[in-house]
Amino acid sequence: MPTPNLLAELSDRLIYSAIAVYALAMLAYAYQAARRSHPVPEDAPRLEAVAAGAHAAVRDPQPPTAGARPAIRDAAARRTERIAAALTTLAFALHLAGVVSRGLAAGRVPWGNMYEFTTAATLAATSAYLVFLRRRQPVRDLGVWVLALVTLCLGLAVTVLYTPAGDLVPALNSYWLVIHVAAAIIAGGVFTVGAAATGLYLLRRRADARDAGGQATRGYAGRLPAAATLERLAHTAHLFAFPVWTFAVLAGAIWAEDSWGRYWGWDPKETWAFITWVLYAAYLHAQSTAGWRGRKAGWLALAGYAAFWFNFVGVNLFITGLHSYAGV
Amino acid sequence: MTEPIGALPGNAVAGAAASRPAGDTLEDTALSHRLEEAARPGVMAVPPRPTGQGLAAWARWAWRTLTSMRTAVLLLLALALAAVPGSLLPQRGVAFDPGAVTRFLADNPVVGPWLDRLGFFEVYSSPWFAAIYLLLMVSMTGCVLPRAARLWQSARAEPPRAPTNLARLDDHRRATVAAERAQILQAAASHLRARRFRVVVEDDSVRAEKGYLREAGNLVFHLSLLVLLFGVAIGSLFGFEGRVIVVEGASFTNTRLQYDEFTPGPLTDAEGLSPFSVTLDDFTARFETAGPQRGSARDFQADLTVLRTPGGAAEKVTVEVNHPLQVEGTKMFLTGHGYAPVVSVTDGRGQTVFSGPVVFVPFDGNLSSEGVIKVPDGQPTQLGFEGFFLPTASVDPAAGPRSLYPDLVDPQLLLTAYTGDLGLGDGAPQSVFRLDKTNLSQVMDGDEPFARALRPGESMTLPDGQGTLTFESVSRFANFQIAHDPGKELSLVAAVALLLGLTVSLAVRRRRVWVRVTAAAGGGGATVEAASYALTRREPVPGELSSLLAALPGAEPGGSGTSPHDRED
Repeated sequence: MPTPNLLAELSDRLIYSAIAVYALAMLAYAYQAARRSHPVPEDAPRLEAVAAGAHAAVRDPQPPTAGARPAIRDAAARRTERIAAALTTLAFALHLAGVVSRGLAAGRVPWGNMYEFTTAATLAATSAYLVFLRRRQPVRDLGVWVLALVTLCLGLAVTVLYTPAGDLVPALNSYWLVIHVAAAIIAGGVFTVGAAATGLYLLRRRADARDAGGQATRGYAGRLPAAATLERLAHTAHLFAFPVWTFAVLAGAIWAEDSWGRYWGWDPKETWAFITWVLYAAYLHAQSTAGWRGRKAGWLALAGYAAFWFNFVGVNLFITGLHSYAGV
Repeated sequence: MTEPIGALPGNAVAGAAASRPAGDTLEDTALSHRLEEAARPGVMAVPPRPTGQGLAAWARWAWRTLTSMRTAVLLLLALALAAVPGSLLPQRGVAFDPGAVTRFLADNPVVGPWLDRLGFFEVYSSPWFAAIYLLLMVSMTGCVLPRAARLWQSARAEPPRAPTNLARLDDHRRATVAAERAQILQAAASHLRARRFRVVVEDDSVRAEKGYLREAGNLVFHLSLLVLLFGVAIGSLFGFEGRVIVVEGASFTNTRLQYDEFTPGPLTDAEGLSPFSVTLDDFTARFETAGPQRGSARDFQADLTVLRTPGGAAEKVTVEVNHPLQVEGTKMFLTGHGYAPVVSVTDGRGQTVFSGPVVFVPFDGNLSSEGVIKVPDGQPTQLGFEGFFLPTASVDPAAGPRSLYPDLVDPQLLLTAYTGDLGLGDGAPQSVFRLDKTNLSQVMDGDEPFARALRPGESMTLPDGQGTLTFESVSRFANFQIAHDPGKELSLVAAVALLLGLTVSLAVRRRRVWVRVTAAAGGGGATVEAASYALTRREPVPGELSSLLAALPGAEPGGSGTSPHDRED
């Protein structure tokens, strides 16, 4: 059995390696997004559809004779995408090993301070992305954004937030740490996929609105999946994450009752968990309200995601409360 | 074809959406609207203005507006926004730091009082915050209860008839089957029944519906929110919260007078508190001794002797952070600790007029503490001392006296002295942690204020024989929070129901399936059309229709049709 110090050092190196591979995967996704042509209807064979110009002519002012080029570009894009997915999986494996060895080094769950929470929450975001990818959900275009966020957060974690592996302060010494924080981490990971899908949905929708005004969409937004697809994807992610987040908040309340004698005290952390919950609840209700469905609901979901992040970053760093204990 | 969906640019849905009438979403076709309204008529946006005259029409309109979904969304948004200021401004009664509001008011003499008048220091008990959540609860109840009635009706009603044009539904398949119509319908019905659909067989079609549990879950979720609010209300009306500091060796009896701070609800029986008492036998604290987190707390433990009832059997109990003492419905939590230097004071006559531990309040992570010692029995003059206690002392010329480590490595007591009138005689309440210096004069040592640093066992003598103070030893004290919340069991039950209801309502897909059989053109077998419609905003269960068609007698595998969401075809 390696010593804790060795494990801690191994964990640090694994996280650094994961960052490097994530960055490569992100670049591969970005390259793939830049190379891909506009979507063509799926039911017609790709070459013929373009050659006949039936649908593509509307979206793509290229002359029909140039139709073969997008197909070649698509084949290249698909290869790049497979490379990106493989790199993401490799980075995920390194990241997972890093988080696990950190837990072994500290002899407890690896989410006891802000550094560890960041590494675990970004791991959850990558896992959520990979699970959606495995289940053949149309998340491919989210890849570059999810990985950009993961890479950025991990970079900040190792530079600004880094804390060496160690024991916990007594306030965190509870099995509720395992339950409550794990649920928050999982919800955060899936919310990340939901937020990325919502952001792209809003982009694509705006492009569609311009299309209706007679302007064919060129550029990034025009190459995204259909707005309905992205909206459905975002909805699926939020439908999963919302009950998990609800559970995280309720488990936190039970822990608070055990620790401070009241299950709800409007501590800043609790308040922002509540705000996050209410905004996502508003999103779910807006999704079945005429006039709110779609664009406004999308903004509510993004507001919920922003509140989730503020709860982690803003409340930890700028507001004093009962949840300020783990240092940074 | 099993190529990953991700490899297809735009994928299948792009094509399906293009073939639909232009509109906001898939639900915007006339048919979908009709179906949706049949399923959730309560979910209207905003009702039309009243057409009739008089109060009743307006009242009906107001009620419909309040219980509409759009109002609910707006109220939720308002609730989220209203909760924000409470996390940014200091709050009375809920704050981490009880003095924060007073300090904020002193620092902001212009804006502060206005914020105070508008309730911004008590956001969560302010009338406007209450107005939002009460309106939300009324809106929710008004929306959910009629829905419950409809659920009851629809649970007893048959699934509705098939629309004329099945091809316009979300998911639609057509297949040619070499079998008799009755045989096909029977097979379809039994296939659907086996999957727990509610099924009605007609001459030429089968109609089926499933997922009523979703509505039930939705109902349970919303009603548990009401119960949860009720539980919270019981807790804040009948419960209490209090804080007390207990020094090693001292006792606390659970009566209102012994609390340092006691916050009862409006209906709390403050005289009927659970009559237990505790003695703090010993307090131990362990800190990280090395490494970058040196000085971080690792372990706190309060060893108590508990009498659960007056005159009952004494019982040894250990209370730790996250492990409270529970006596009936009252819980006692360890929330903090600090040091109480034990001092003895003799006055100008040479008589010992004070002896015992004095609580010094910690103000940083290394337990640098400040406090005062009041000696009202001193003669010829009363004595007051003010200063710092440092468990590991260091006097930094810039930062002043600071402790370097939270444990007792080099404990020192740094004091200055005052003589005169402590101001205790007039009965006005004053803080035990502060000297009222109006009638006190500082003891001088030449031109400098008299100040001494003492280690345990050392004494200091005031000039002119005004008295002596001996720093005998150091005790520890523990902060306890004591709480009683009679509503918490109810809240817990509500919370569990809430979570279950929510999960069910989001996980179950309520949907209808129709199968229609017509004679195939050109004879020989029959044409089967199957279609499904989701009553929730989720994609239909993948492969549900294909497996239905595959289960029919004489079916060819597959079947063709518009199936925007099946990913396997």
